[in-house]
Amino acid sequence: MPVQRSEVLPIRAEDDVVRVRQGAREFCVAAGFSLVDQTKMVTAASEIARNTLIYGGGGSVTIELHAEGLRHGVRLRFVDTGPGIADLEQALRDGYTSGRGLGLGLGGARRLVNEFQIDSRPGDGTKVSLTRWK
Amino acid sequence: MERIPILKMGPYLLVTIQVDMHDRLAMTLQDDLTERISKTGSRGVLIDISALEMVDSFIGRMFANMAAIARVLDAEIVVVGMQPAVAITLVELGLSLPGIRTALDVERGMAMLGKSLAASTLPTPGDDGSGEGDAGPAE
Repeated sequence: MPVQRSEVLPIRAEDDVVRVRQGAREFCVAAGFSLVDQTKMVTAASEIARNTLIYGGGGSVTIELHAEGLRHGVRLRFVDTGPGIADLEQALRDGYTSGRGLGLGLGGARRLVNEFQIDSRPGDGTKVSLTRWK
Repeated sequence: MERIPILKMGPYLLVTIQVDMHDRLAMTLQDDLTERISKTGSRGVLIDISALEMVDSFIGRMFANMAAIARVLDAEIVVVGMQPAVAITLVELGLSLPGIRTALDVERGMAMLGKSLAASTLPTPGDDGSGEGDAGPAE
């Protein structure tokens, strides 16, 4: 699964969340996604970017364009060095929120992508990977 | 500071969101709109989101908040022009926007407001001072 192109974007302020959306959109277009698929990936990116900023205290995202044979995909790898998540199962449940959100961020983002990975331990930050294939 | 304009159009307020909103901008719009509803006494607000390429849970919640606040101020909000891809994504995300009235475009949204305003003003008696619960236009 070779990475054809990648880009790293910082997530330090609210404007950066908008830039992550735009970056994700650009890669989805490059991968040949339909408008609906673009919108799903961009929305998932927005949810996780906001989590990275608010709960993770900032971090970054690596956006990758993948090609597996004829299949194209976009992967977003979010990293923060925040407090981490103690109870992942609870965090992924719809309606659970520890902050100002609706509690749809993680669970909702998971539904919008094909592959979802989260890796987090208290005190060790959080890594979230979202992948969508064309 | 960056702001989303709120236009007065006859008895209504019209908000056209043309930019990719960061969270603070969305919050500012919520505050500005509340202020304008109260100042103008407008009973109907159209929010045109046809240029919005994505609505995530935060922006969705902001629409829900604005609709609730407007209701308390005796105004009604209709969100118009949502792109099909945005609608599909919202539902998959788990956001069904309860309590928010929507219309396909500004024209239909305005018709919707006109109808509900006519319905809400017809049965109430005129301004003879008896209608205690009848919130007139804000001063």
